[in-house]
Order: sequence, then C-alpha cells, then structure tokens
Amino acid sequence: MGVIDVAHVSFAYEKDLVLDNISLTVEKEDFLAIIGPNGGGKSTFLKLMLGILKPNKGTIRVLGKEPSKNLSSIGYVPQNTNVNTDFPIKVIEVVMMGHVGSKRPLFGYAKEEIACAMGALAQVGMEAYADHKIGSLSGGQRQRVMIARALCAHPSILILDEPTASIDVAGQRDIYELLKALSRSVTIIVVSHDIAVILEYANKAAHINKTLSYHDIPNKEKSFLSHIRGQHFCEVELLQMLGSKRSRDTSEPKNQWRTTP
Amino acid sequence: MIEALSYGFIQHALIAGVLVSLASGIIGSLIVVNRMVFLAGGIAHASYGGIGMAVFLGLPIFLGASFFAVAAALLVSVLTLKKRERTDTFIGLIWAVGMAIGVLLVDITPGYNVDMMSYLFGSILAVSSEDLYFMGVLLGVIVAVMLFWYRDILAVSYDSEYAALRGVNVRLFYTLILILSALTVVIAIKVVGLILVIAMLTIPVYIAEKCSHSLAQMMLYSGLIATLFTLTGLAVSYTYNLTSGASIIVISALGLGLFMLIDKVKRMV
Repeated sequence: MGVIDVAHVSFAYEKDLVLDNISLTVEKEDFLAIIGPNGGGKSTFLKLMLGILKPNKGTIRVLGKEPSKNLSSIGYVPQNTNVNTDFPIKVIEVVMMGHVGSKRPLFGYAKEEIACAMGALAQVGMEAYADHKIGSLSGGQRQRVMIARALCAHPSILILDEPTASIDVAGQRDIYELLKALSRSVTIIVVSHDIAVILEYANKAAHINKTLSYHDIPNKEKSFLSHIRGQHFCEVELLQMLGSKRSRDTSEPKNQWRTTP
Repeated sequence: MIEALSYGFIQHALIAGVLVSLASGIIGSLIVVNRMVFLAGGIAHASYGGIGMAVFLGLPIFLGASFFAVAAALLVSVLTLKKRERTDTFIGLIWAVGMAIGVLLVDITPGYNVDMMSYLFGSILAVSSEDLYFMGVLLGVIVAVMLFWYRDILAVSYDSEYAALRGVNVRLFYTLILILSALTVVIAIKVVGLILVIAMLTIPVYIAEKCSHSLAQMMLYSGLIATLFTLTGLAVSYTYNLTSGASIIVISALGLGLFMLIDKVKRMV
C-alpha cells in the first residue's frame, strides 16, 4: 500500500470527461511532479486527492482512508497566494489556520498550537516574520508562509498547486530547495508548469491529460536535464521531449509504467 | 452644552451612539474584509420593507426591520452560494424591491402620517429604553460570537477555500456573518438612517485597516474611531441644530480626509 492509492478513477464535470481511468500509487519517499497542459485535469486530480471532489468511478485512498476522513494527513498549498494581501492578518495567524479544529481551547489559540506554528515557520525559515502583516512580505516569503501553514498539522503528504507561479527566478529556486529538504520527511506532490525545475528535483513525474502516464526520473536524466538547463531550452521543447517519451511509455504494458527504483 | 447631558433623550442618544459605533466597528470590519459592502447596503435598503411591514401590521419597528433584514440576508446567502458570480445582480434586486415593498405598505396603511424621513436619515434623539436594550443585547451577542469563533471567522474571511479543507463549516459562518451584519444595519439605521448606513460601516474601518496588524485590532480600532466620530457628530448636530445622522457622516468623512492627508504627509517625510 502506498501513501496515496488511486485506482481506476474517472471524473466528469457535467458530461465532459476530465479524467479517464487514472491509476497511481504514491510511495512514502516520493517527490512527485504532476505536469500536463492547461485544462488537462491536473487541478481536478488535486481536488480529488484533497477530497473536495468525489470521483464518479474508482477509489482514492489516503493512508488507507477516504481523503475527506483524513484531513490532517494532507497539507495543501493552494495556487495563487497573492490574493487578499490587504487583509489585516499576521503571519502567525495565517499559519495557525492550518490546525484542524478538533482539540481547541474555548477562546483563541492554545499554547501548543502557537508553539507548533512557530515550529512550522522555523522549518521554512520564516520564524523572524511571525508578527509581520502578511501583506508586507514578498511573493516568495508569502509562499513559504503558506507552506508553513500546510506543515502546521504535521501532515505526511504535502500537495502544492503551482507553488512558484508568481515568484521571481531566485525565489523559485529557494522554494524548490526547501521542498527538497522537506521531502526527506514528507511525501511531496507538486503541480507545475515549470518542467525544467520540477524534473531536477522530482523523482517521479505524472503527465495528466485526461489519461495519466507515469515516469521515474533516474539520476542520469536529471543530470541531462540540468545540463540542458544551461543552454536554456524553452519549456515547449521540454514538453515535446516528454510527450515523445510518453508515447513510447504508453505502448508498453501497463504494469511496467512503474519501474521500482 | 454640559446642561444638555441632563436630558434623558440626550443620555439615550449618547449610549445608543456608543453601542452602535462599537457594533458597527466590529461588523463593519468583517463586511470590509469579506468585500460585502454593497451587500450591506442592499440589506439596509431592503430592511425598509420591514419598516413598512411593521407600520402596516402595527408591530414594533425594530422587530419588522430585523425580520426583513435577516430574511434578505438569508436569501442572499442561499442565492450567492450557488451562483457567486451573480451576487451583484441579486443584491441590486433586494435593494430596490425591499424599498418598494416598504413604500407600498406605508401607502396602504390607513391614517399613517409619521415622518418616514427619520428612517432614511436616522433619529438618534428618539431612542427609547427598549431600543437601548436591543442594541446592548446585539452588541453582547456580537462580542460573544467573536470571542468564541474568532479563529473560524478569521479563517473563513481570509481564505474560505482553505478553511473548508481544514473542516471549518464555511457556509455556517458566512451565513452567521450575514445575519449579524443585517442586525447591525438595523440598529445603525436608528443612528444614521438606512441611506447613510454604508458610510458608518466603512469609513472608520478604512482608517483602522491602515493601522492594524490583525483583524481583532482592526475591529477594536474601528469601534473606537466610530465612537469618536459619532459623539463628535452628535455634538455638532446639537450645537448647530443640524440633522444628527448627516452630521455624523460628514464628520466621519472629514476625519477620513484628515487621516489621508496626515498619512500622505508622513509618507513624504
């Protein structure tokens, strides 16, 4: 059993089939990148894993349970965290939103909750900003705070939707270095368009465009990719390379999609 | 002016002014951060339908207005949860239809000739003891709700999608905010009138937002700033024999202008 088991899942909004017979197992030590074109069903797939949507067919199990019954085991970092920056809220308060509301005091926050939130902030290197207003931070700093919020409930899985979409290049590297460090203790799933960066850090890639195809990313390929990064391949070319690899993969029998590392 | 304080109606006006200012500071903050200002305006105007209903049926005005305002809030809550992108249309609808119903109900009430202007522009000098109890209880309820569910309300206001993922009942708290807003609008009508309610709910909040680091701080500052404006407006209204509601709003606007000027000068220095 993996950390997340997705078996033969199909999903349709109204009549349009968005995901068709998706199966996927995420292992404990994985750093999985989910890639694919816009409208290909990536976000829908995330929502299914988070329990926001229910599959029409098939099953999804998170640590053996239904996603909606296992809220605290998944940390989620949503897309576009630059909305609502005028909101008068301190960094520490944002992080404490990550606690799941079961054992809580009558008023406000418990001491352990505050300590736990500070711990999560320390994990992302933002503890010095605890009392700052969220709107005063840069995009990259704010993204770190959102990661801390997701870590707050001590999840075993961290799911991020386009975590670097609105961050400058240097900030993007920092975020991925942070995720790489976190991936030693937490299973990480990232949806991204940023293929070059993703392939450098991830060890698995799932390409979703209605159907799913799955790749391991061996180290050889990583060094190849970091090599071509220097020559600045554009993302379209990289996507094409992956696409051609995909068509080779899908011609093979299904049970060989996942080669154990 | 000191001798004015010995009059019962002036004492009532001052107490009402403070109670309503504190309530509208707290609720106004929620309305602003949840971007529901237009919604509050719609509920305020729709509650005129309740005033008309109370007049027609011979009920206490507060009761009729509260009933209508809460009904309007619930209606908006149900309609907008399904079709969020059409919120503005629905608000415009209840805004106008509520008022129209109120006007018609007053029309068909036989022999009724009380000045309806007092509901449009406030009548703080005519606050009764019962009104004060109503305001006091509502402020108590608002404060209690904020104490017990502050973190949920904060989570729903800041990021409702994430709050839902963490198991917070977003729909419940959204509706709760709407109902408290509706009731606050009703008591604010007594002070500044339904046409001016929006200004009372937003001007102090705008100033407070700039100086606050948290929602709780913003609520407290808004309440205090609103109290300052209301009492100053009342003094001006008493001294120069002007309409109280309009005086309070103009004083608030002047206060806002002054604040923005100081803010700008500070930034240049």
